[in-house]
Order: sequence, then C-alpha cells, then structure tokens
Amino acid sequence: MTRPIVEAVNVTKSFGHNEVLKGIDLSVDTGEVVCLLGPSGSGKTTFLRCINQLETIQGGRIWVDQDLMGYKDRGGKLYRLNDKEIAAQRREIGMVFQKFNLFPHMTVLENICEAPIQVKGRKKAEVQDDARDLLARVGLGDKANAYPNELSGGQQQRVAIARALAMKPKLMLFDEPTSALDPELVGEVLSVMRDLANEGMTMVVVTHEMQFANEVADHVVFMADGYVVESGPPEQVLGNPQQERTKDFLRMVKDDED
Amino acid sequence: MSTSTPADQRPGRIDAVPVRHPWRWVAVGVVAVVAAMFINMLVTNEAFNWPFVFETMTLPPVINGLLMGTLLVTLLAMIIGVVLGVTLAVMRLSPNPVLRYASFTFIWFFRTIPRLVLLTIMGALGVLFQDGLAIGVPFDHILLAPFDFSWDLRFITLDANTVFVGVTGGAIGLGLSEAAYMAEIARAGITSVDTGQREAAEALGMDGGKTMRRIVLPQAMRVIVPPTGNELMSMLKDTSLLIGIPVGAELFFQLSAVGARTFQVFPVLVAAVLWYMIIGSILMVGQHFLEKRFNRGYGARRATPKEPEAASVGAAGATGTGGGDV
Repeated sequence: MTRPIVEAVNVTKSFGHNEVLKGIDLSVDTGEVVCLLGPSGSGKTTFLRCINQLETIQGGRIWVDQDLMGYKDRGGKLYRLNDKEIAAQRREIGMVFQKFNLFPHMTVLENICEAPIQVKGRKKAEVQDDARDLLARVGLGDKANAYPNELSGGQQQRVAIARALAMKPKLMLFDEPTSALDPELVGEVLSVMRDLANEGMTMVVVTHEMQFANEVADHVVFMADGYVVESGPPEQVLGNPQQERTKDFLRMVKDDED
Repeated sequence: MSTSTPADQRPGRIDAVPVRHPWRWVAVGVVAVVAAMFINMLVTNEAFNWPFVFETMTLPPVINGLLMGTLLVTLLAMIIGVVLGVTLAVMRLSPNPVLRYASFTFIWFFRTIPRLVLLTIMGALGVLFQDGLAIGVPFDHILLAPFDFSWDLRFITLDANTVFVGVTGGAIGLGLSEAAYMAEIARAGITSVDTGQREAAEALGMDGGKTMRRIVLPQAMRVIVPPTGNELMSMLKDTSLLIGIPVGAELFFQLSAVGARTFQVFPVLVAAVLWYMIIGSILMVGQHFLEKRFNRGYGARRATPKEPEAASVGAAGATGTGGGDV
C-alpha cells in the first residue's frame, strides 16, 4: 500500500486568538476525489488553503506526495523553507479559486502559458500547443485570444482550471469553484470537473454542490467549527449521517433547495 | 392576463420635445465676449511684440536650453524618479523591516525639502567634497591607522564639482525628489491590485519576485500611469528651478537672459509660456496612448456577442447538473 498523496495530521491554525482549525486529519489517495463540506466558518476553505501554503499552519503536519509542506525535517528539528522552496512545492499543486483570479492584463492563452514558461522555463511554442489542447478540453478552443473580462463567469472558471492544469499538477484543489457563478453557469464548470475526476485526477474540492459531491466524490468530509465531524463515502455521510451536526446541515441545505 | 390593447392603440415611438436650455446660450454669449476681449488684447497690445516672441523662441541658445536643461533633465529625472520610486515602493511593502524603514526615511527626507532649496544645495555640495567624492570603506583611515599603511580603501573618487552641478546635478536632484513622490504613487498602485492575483500567481508556483514583476506591477501600472503623467508635467515645469544650481543651459534661464539683455521682458515670458504649452501638450497626447496601453483587459469591452458555444461546451453534464438539487 503506497502512502496517500495528501496526508494531514492534527493540523491547527489560528487567526489571532481565533482558532479556526482544531486538529484536522485527512488523507487522500492518488486518483481520489474528496469533497469538503460544511457550514461557512467551519474552516474548510482555510484548510484547503493550508494544503498549498496560502495559509501557514501553527500545528500538525501536511505532506503532499510525501513531501512535508513548508519545512525541512532534519533529525526531528524543523527548518522553515524559504520563498523559492515553498514556490517549488506549490508547483505540484493546482488551485482553482472561488473568484477565478485570472490575470486581467493577459489573454486567455497568456494566462495559461504564464506559469509553465516563467516557472518551469519551458519553450513558448510547446507550451502554447499544450495550452490550446487544454482550452479545447474545457470547451473554450475559440477563446485563446480573448481577455478574461470578455468571458462569462463559467468560461473564466474553466480557463482557471486549464491554467492550473497547465502546470501538470499531481493534485488539484478547488475552493468553492461554483459559488461566485450565476446558477445557469454552474453546470458547465461542474461538468469539466467531473471529466477531470473521470480521468483520474486527484482532487480536493470545497463545495456546496451536494449532488456533485454525491456523484463524484470518493470521500466526503463534513467539517464544522474547525473539526472534522464526520467523513466517509458519500452514500454514508450524505445518505445516512451519524452525527447531529451533519444531519442539521444536510436538512438546512435541503430546505434551501426545496 | 394580458392587457388587451388593440395593436393601433399601443404606444409607439416617442417623439417628444427636448428640454430647452436657455442658459447655455447665455453662457455662449458671455464666453464669446470674454474670448474676444482676450484676443483683442493679444493682437492689439504692442507690448507683446509677436515677431520678437517668435524670433526669441528659435534662438540657438534658447533651443539648446530647451533640449538640455528642460527636456533632457525632465527625461533623466523622471527615469530616476520612476525606477527608484518603484523600488522604494516595493521596499516599503517588503516584509523586511530594514528595507521598510530605509524606504520610509528616504521618502520622508526628500518630501520635506523644497525642490528649489534641494537644487541650490546640490550646487553647493562641492564644498563638502573638496577632495572629490570618494566611494569606499567608511572610516578607512581609522581602520587602517594601526597598520601604518599609506594606501586607503577608496575605490572611486568622483569630482563633486562635475557630478552635482549642471545638467547631471539637476537630473540627480530632481530625480531623487521625484522618487519620493513616485514611491507613494507606486505604493498606491501596488496595494490596489487584488490580493487574489498574488495568491493565484503563488499557487502556480511563482516566487515573490516573479509575482511582483509579471503579475502585480503590470496591473498596478493602470493606477500608476495617470498620476505619473501629472508628475511628468510638473517635472517639465520644475526644470525652471535649475536656476538654483545654477544651470545655464535651460529654457527659462536663457529666455530671461535674452529679456534682460534686450529689455523686452514681457515677450520673452510669452515665449517661455508658448514653449511650455507646446511640450506639455505633446506629453498629454503621449499619456493618453500610454493609458490606453495599460488598460488592456479592463473597461468596457463588449462581451462576446454569441453565447451558443457555452451550450456545446458542457456537453452532457451542463444540462444534467444545472439544477444541483439533492
């Protein structure tokens, strides 16, 4: 049995005196899709951001592909990595944001090619060929020369997914990728994510889309108040929740949608 | 429940009488009269001596002053100001406290000193460095004293009377002063860029320097360029302060000299005004195009007219998951 690609043990994180993560454990195997669910303020987005070090953790350890994030372990003593070393660790991890965060001063193609050229030092022509393939994959083959503000929210988010994929990551993180979208645009983004999952990409997804979690996730993790309340296969956590907290949340989500 | 109005009774195209603006015509009248009075003065007042104005504007020393002291110093000072200013802004926002305080101190120092005073000091700096401005190890004579060596640890010695005077001194003085202002402008520009942009770049594995150069600064330029245009205009005009050093090869200095020599004091002032107006206007046109360049990807572009492609994209999934209910 190989070690999981993401392994988080007892992760804690505070903003000032406000402890938002109170000992999170999580493990994700290669090719797995894990959905993090929970009410707002439960810490799920913060935890996702800790995985690629957009937030620094105060306790616990996170390994991605057996690489300890943020530190070097020399004989039990931890040494903080510098800016460049942290950047190198992030290269293996793609991230998709709630608000897309495309670079507005670059065309779609430039957005996708930026990191492979600047970070990996790959050849421009080669990267552009790959980028066009990726754009075709997310259904935007004809938008290479558009600027982000010429695209709908759903299109921008699909470009953001292509941009993350261009770095050929081992792991993709999605931070509420459909929450900023108009309802009619949610489907096109989820469909791209579903394809990605079917192709075997390892994904950790913070989402409120219960149906997506139910159909696509191998594992669902329900978080509240900085703890993991319940986790397991979706049919168990969503279909037959054991904890009161989970039941309440699912009831409220369901009421909302009825 | 439809409002059943017969087709011919439904309200059609609006063909209304526009609002009248009588006061606009009053304004036209007033402005026209004032303009006519002004033109009358320009044309009829002998003191303008227009032929002399145009003749003076193109005198060789005046043109030389315009090119060297006015245009060249504006250009050099702005280059120093922008490059140093952006550097200071990045330092000011750096996590390194030493850089932050160094930047703050520089900005504080140069913002408090009037430019005319600063330039006058530049011209007088020769007093401080009578043996030349030496760059090397500080306190070298004390450090080396115990060894009884005859040599020193000074690597380059510049002649203060050439570095701090003339066009070079003017460009350095105005450039340092400008850097303090540009630093504040650049800082505002950098902080105006959404933090999500930096996060997106970092999530892609870009380090701090690349993120700043490739992602943050190009977007900050949109906010930086318009006030920098203002600074450029101010700089063009502030080159007339080079008299503090003093620099002879400068437009206003030369024109004043012509005025003093010929007693045609007012026409030379008109000549100066015309030159500043001409150069300033050209710069404003340039600024317009620069702003356009850095506005790429922003503002009112028409959204793509056709949307059918959105449907073909999501293929099967798009229709299926649209509802998203459990």
